[in-house]
Order: sequence, then C-alpha cells, then structure tokens
Amino acid sequence: MERFAELLDDLYFTNSNLAKETILSNYLRSTPDPDRGWALAAIAGTLTFDLFKRNVIKSLMMDRMDPFLFDISRHYVGEMSETVALAWPRSDDPVRLNRLPSLHEVIGEFQSRSKVEIRDYLIILLDNMSPSQRWALLKLGTRGLRIGMSARSVKQTLAKMKGVDIDIVEAAWHGLTPPYQDLFAWVDGRAELPDMSQIVTFSPVMLAHPIDEEKDLARITPATHQAEWKWDGIRIQIASNGKEGDDREAKVFSRKGEDISASFPDLIDVVDFNGVIDGELVVRPNGDIGSFNDLQQRLNKKKPTKTLIEKFPAHVIAYDVMEWESETLRHLPLIRRRETLKRVVEAYSDDYITLSETLPFKTVEDLIALREQAAQTGGLIEGLMVKDINSVYTSGRPKHAWYKWKRDPFLLDAVLMYARRGTGKRSSFYSDYTFGLWDEDGALLPIGKAYFGFTDEELKKIDNWVRSHKLNRFGPVQEVKKELVFEVAFDAAQVSSRHKSGYALRFPRIHRIRWDKPAAEADRIETLAKLVGA
Amino acid sequence: MSNSPAEQWMQVRPEGLYCAPADIYIDPIEPVTRAIITHGHADHARSGHGEVFATPETIDIMRTRYYLGDETRENGLKYGQRFDLGNGVTLWFASAGHILGSAQAVIEFEGTRVVAAGDYKRHPDPTCAPFEVIPCDVFITEATFALPVFQHPPLETEVEKLLRSLRTLPNRTHIVGVYALGKCQRVMKTLRLAGYEAPFYIHGALKRLTELYESYGQDFGAWELVSDIPRADKHLFQGKIVLCPPAQINDRWSRRFADPLPTVASGWMQIRARARQKRAEMALVVSDHADWGDLIRTCEETKAGDIWITHGRVEALEYALKQRGMQAKALNLIGRDESVE
Ligand SMILES: [Zn+2]
Repeated sequence: MERFAELLDDLYFTNSNLAKETILSNYLRSTPDPDRGWALAAIAGTLTFDLFKRNVIKSLMMDRMDPFLFDISRHYVGEMSETVALAWPRSDDPVRLNRLPSLHEVIGEFQSRSKVEIRDYLIILLDNMSPSQRWALLKLGTRGLRIGMSARSVKQTLAKMKGVDIDIVEAAWHGLTPPYQDLFAWVDGRAELPDMSQIVTFSPVMLAHPIDEEKDLARITPATHQAEWKWDGIRIQIASNGKEGDDREAKVFSRKGEDISASFPDLIDVVDFNGVIDGELVVRPNGDIGSFNDLQQRLNKKKPTKTLIEKFPAHVIAYDVMEWESETLRHLPLIRRRETLKRVVEAYSDDYITLSETLPFKTVEDLIALREQAAQTGGLIEGLMVKDINSVYTSGRPKHAWYKWKRDPFLLDAVLMYARRGTGKRSSFYSDYTFGLWDEDGALLPIGKAYFGFTDEELKKIDNWVRSHKLNRFGPVQEVKKELVFEVAFDAAQVSSRHKSGYALRFPRIHRIRWDKPAAEADRIETLAKLVGA
Repeated sequence: MSNSPAEQWMQVRPEGLYCAPADIYIDPIEPVTRAIITHGHADHARSGHGEVFATPETIDIMRTRYYLGDETRENGLKYGQRFDLGNGVTLWFASAGHILGSAQAVIEFEGTRVVAAGDYKRHPDPTCAPFEVIPCDVFITEATFALPVFQHPPLETEVEKLLRSLRTLPNRTHIVGVYALGKCQRVMKTLRLAGYEAPFYIHGALKRLTELYESYGQDFGAWELVSDIPRADKHLFQGKIVLCPPAQINDRWSRRFADPLPTVASGWMQIRARARQKRAEMALVVSDHADWGDLIRTCEETKAGDIWITHGRVEALEYALKQRGMQAKALNLIGRDESVE
C-alpha cells in the first residue's frame, strides 16, 4: 500500500505525460503481481466495484469529529476524501499494524468482509496510515481517482514496456480484467497474449493522411480510387459475436477504443451480426442527419432516456468491414471488402445503418467540385475521403492508401483578450489564449481558445507582448489590453447557448499573428454567423 | 465569566492592536509614532514608524529590508530584557520560534499580563530560538493554519522527500520556492543536517537575509548565486538544489535550468489543489506556523483566561477553544497577508 500511495503522489504532481509514463512503468516493473495489476486497474479506471461507499467514510467522520469543524474543513479543502485524509482523528486506542497490508490484501479483505466488518477494517487502516496513504485508500476504495492519466496513456506505457505498437495492447485490452496477470505474463515474456477470438474487443482502426494537393492529386483516377463524404460525426467501430441469449455480445467503440456502448442502446439492440464494422456515428433527428452538436447530446449521456433516444436516434454510416463470420477481411482489397459490406448493410433497416455512398467522379476537377459542395453544408460534411480501392485494412496511417481532403478551414480575425500559462515545457509561457469578436455595441465577446498553431519563436514574442500589456488578473487568467489580432482558423462553428457570443468553434487554432492589424478592424460576430450559415 | 481588565487598555484600531496607556501599537500596518514589532515579515514589520521596539535580530532584519529610516529611533531588546514604556507599562520579549528574532510581546500593566504572540510555531527549527510558553491573563494568538486538516509533518520527512527525488531524478534541477526570510534558511539548514553536501545555488533575492543569518552564527555551508554561474554551465545545476522566491519557480528565470523540477516549500502545500495551483511538481509541507493541534495546545498551556485571535481561520479556532471551555474571541484585525508565511 505504501508503494501504491507513493505512485499516486508521483503521478499526481507530475505534469508531463511522458514523465508519468516513465513513473508508471518503473512501478509496474518493480512491483509483483497481483499488486501491480490492481494499481493499473485503479489508474486506468477499470475497477468494477467499490471497496466501501462514500457514506461509510462520512459517517465515520461524523462519529469522531465535530460536524461544524468537519464542514468548514471540507469547505476549505474543497473535497471530502482529502479532508478526511488530512484531518482523520486517530482512535483513542488504535489497533497497531506491524506493516501496512499490500494493495491486493487490502482489496481482498474489503471484498470478503460484511458491512460492519468493512467499517472496522477501514478504521484500522486509516489509523495506521499517513495522510497521503489515506488519500490513496479513499480514492481507490470509492473509485474517485483523478490523477490526470488517460486509459490511452496507460496502454501506451504497457506497449513501451514490451516494445510493441500500442495497437497490440488496445486489441487485447477489452478482453482482459484486473488484476491483469495474463497481461503482465506477456509483458514479462513468460506467455503469449490470451486468445480473444470469442470475446468482442476493439481492434485498431485505419486512418487517412491529409491529402497533399500538389503531389497526391495526380495519383487519383476513377479506376484506382473511390471518393466518399467525410461526415462530421464520430468514427466508431461496431463489433458483435452474433450469438444469442447470455452469450450475445455487441459493443460500440470510439476511434480510440473507448467502449461507448452504454450511450447507444438503440444501436446495440439491433446489431445481430458476427463481425466488426467501421463507420461514422451520427444522429438523425426527424430522419435527417443531424449536426455534431446534436450528436453531442447523446455522447455525453451514459444512460440516455427514451425521449432523448427518440429525439436523436443513433445511426451508422458504414465505411468498411474488417471481420465477418469470424474471418478477418483485413488482407482483402477495399473493393472486395466493400462487396461484403453492401450485403451486410442491406440486411438492416435504413434507420440504423446505411452504406457510405461512393461519389461518382471522372476527373480531379469533379473532386474539387465535390469538395466545394461539402463546404456548403454548414459543417455537416467535413470534406472528402479518397481511398485506394486496392488498399488492405491495416492499423495506423499507411501512406497513399486513404486520403482525407477537408474543405478549407474558416478564417476570422479575432482579438486576444486573455492569456494563461501552459503546462509542462510551456509552464513559464503565456501560451493559452482566449480571443473574441466585436458585437454590434462595440464590445468584445470571447469566441474560443487556442494553444497551438504558432512556432516557438512566435510563442516567445506573444509571451513578451502579454507581459507588457497586462490588465486585470483572475486567478491563473491574465487579462490583456485588447490590441493584438490573431487570424484564427477553425473547422466549424456551432450555435451554443453556453457561450456568451452564441457560438462554439471546433478546432480553433492560431493561423497567423496579425501584428500589423489594428484591433478595431478585427471581425464582428455577424461575420461568423454568415460564415457558418447560421 | 467576566472579561479581562485588559479589554480596557488593549484596543483594536485601524492601524492595529493598540496599548493605550503606553501609546504604542503592536505590528501596526500603517506608520505610527511608537511600534512594537514581533518579527521581520513584511505583514508585521513596515517602514515609517517614529520609534521601534523589537529584538536586536528583528531590528537588523528591518534595517536590511530598509524598513528603518534615519529618523526612526530603534530600541533593541533581548529576549527577557524588561523595558519601562512609561505610565506603568512594562514590555519584554519571549521567543516565538517562528523565524530568527521572532518574539512574543509580553505587556504588563496594573498586574495584568498580555502576551501578543505574533506568528509562532512549536515544531523544532535549527535557525531560531524555540517557542517559550509564558503564563498570562490574555493570550493573543494567530490562526493561520487553524483547521483540523493542518497537521504539519516533521520537517525531516519532507526534506527526505526532496533528497529521494534528487537520487531518483539525478538529471533534473530541483528548484525550490521559499520565502526569503526564515523559510529559505530553515530549509537550507535542515538539508545540511540531513547530509546534503553540494553547494546551494540561490536567487539574488535570498542573498542578503542569508548573510544576515550567517552574521548570527548560522552555518549553511557553501552557497553560490545563480547569477554568478555562466549561462553555458547549465549542467552544474543538474541534480542540485536551487532556491528562489516562490514566484520564480515557473517563471522566466527558471528557463535557464536544464529540465527544472518546480518545488514549493510552504505550509499551504498540505492541500493538493494549492500545490497544483502553484504548478509545483513536488510539494514540501514546511510551515513556520503552529498547526491545529499546536495552536490549541499552546492556548491551553498559557492558562490564559482570555484568548484573542488575530488573523487566519479565526472562526474554527474560536469555536474549538470555546468547546474546550476557554473564553475566546476574534479581534478582526485587518491587513495580514497570508501568502507570507
Ligand atoms: Zn511571519
């Protein structure tokens, strides 16, 4: 338990992702099974049970501490677990432990005890722990760990330890369970990864390269390539084992392998094939394809209500099929996979799954015209996908297999309003910027934030500019004089009631710094409204 | 319970705590004719007073910080040395254990003894005299860390944390943010006692006060100014400790170091969110104030019939003391800066 608490402290206070990965891999290398597996589960968020409930902690505190003092303490600290960790009043006659139990012993004890016994055990542990060990225990026990490390980063760490691509870990991940002894046996080179063929898991997706208009357009012909719309939903993978009853498994994964099935029961319910399909997830309010904003309503809900599902039914635009009837199709050319895909989709009602149509073209000019057409959809279609019809399905971004050809980004001249310091290497620089547009009353309304799009040299210059143009300070946020203009690029804008300006930008980035441009000549909100056709 | 007669002659005024018969203020926040200064921190010692009473160390600190003008009359009183302030009021100082020269002001008038403790701590500190319990009628206490969540760990364990990090991350420059007066010297001294032998590299803002401590016989071993090291010699700092004011750990100044590891040493570091706010990658809980347990213990040990609380988390301490049957009240003094601790 000591090592686990130290690990959490180290991860919590470290800023850079790379450094976090090093800390984690050092821990995993030097810690025996099954402790390291449980630690991994706690950090990756894959524990499926609480060791004790939050209200047990609360009632323990109420028994031994004045409620008023507890309340102002919690208010001051801002959080219950940390308050308890720091203020825990030791029992008058505590049971002394010669050593703290190890992580797996702690988990085992809690799981085997009754409610009353859980309470007693918790007291013994808290009495014998330091504040940071208590914090680790309380966070572990209630699954409230937030140490700024993503599941992806955890998998990356494992992949690096083994010296393999992250895809291999991703592919196996969903079939593995804590404390991950089979996973570590593989990392240590003592065993192969277990066979996942009967378990529905995520498999790594194939991605497209942005097209290089000068070089790549010349390669494209109607005989060798197919064109499709690039929809503005989210890329997903639907996998199912085609079984019935208790054996039935169907899952929807995000592009990064996150299981998002819970958010889309309407899809999960209809899927009965045995295979893996790659597609775009959108919603269809009133039968038409909805905006990304509409989709967002569903993405944020872990348990959607019936009303929400009826209002924004999920829909998949199918791009590809990687597995069918337990056979992999990845080695087949796209054109052959597409034949299977057509058959699959035909079996389903148009309400749930449709085939991504291929767009007819003869010349590159036709493609340019299609891309133009995409730009007129108010953001529904992000541009074109152009794929080599002989491409096999591999993970990652193989060269010259698939191209994405986004429509041009929108550009606006906005005025820098606030700056704040970055993290890690950038922590001494003002590198995160909030910028705004003028409204009709001549006031600036913030429309977005960006922290990339500029070179290191430019960053230094902006940092200097911020320091010499300071106004008020709001905590970490520095207000500046409204004098510097950024040309901001973004892919789409949505109407948003959460923003004062009424709009939210997607992927805003700094395109150019207009040192020359007077702030008064920056764009107005209504220009944005026109651009996005709202 | 009846209130102490001191209520009549110790008053709260906008300038600070005021002893009427001697016409003198304790740690006033504005220039006054006569002032008792408990210690040299900027929120207690200010410039522009006509006459100043303080320990000789505090007078020296105030001179170093330009708080004393030519026209200021200085009265340096050693711990325990009694002084007649006139009108029957006697003043003497007892050590407060907060920083070098820090004192509790003991004021006696008509058989009543009031002790204004200023800032104080009970944990050991090799750079200043330990806190002395003075039995009194009225004890005036601070409440900076007056919440049950503040239970300061021994400094040795915090310093060990730093030393362990130096061993496991030998390529990183450990930049420790410390206040120039007190914290800096206490951390340096404790590191020496824990066996750290390399020279300390320090920011220019820490130099004069460190030299002042040395003039009182403190030995910090070798230290050098960061600004005296050529910029090209970045590697010198790797795996070493650099000390600077807290605001510098993440600012432009820190860019000169290879792979810096920002660390903050302060009592506030007990709260994780505070540490994150300061962007510290390591948080050392080093406090020069009494923690929750020590505040209550000290109030009890003085056996004072009345406890007056000046600044900090006044509400919690007042509540806890009353619960223990003590007579306590808040003074509502203004102008204390919590960031200087
Ligand atoms: Zn102080």
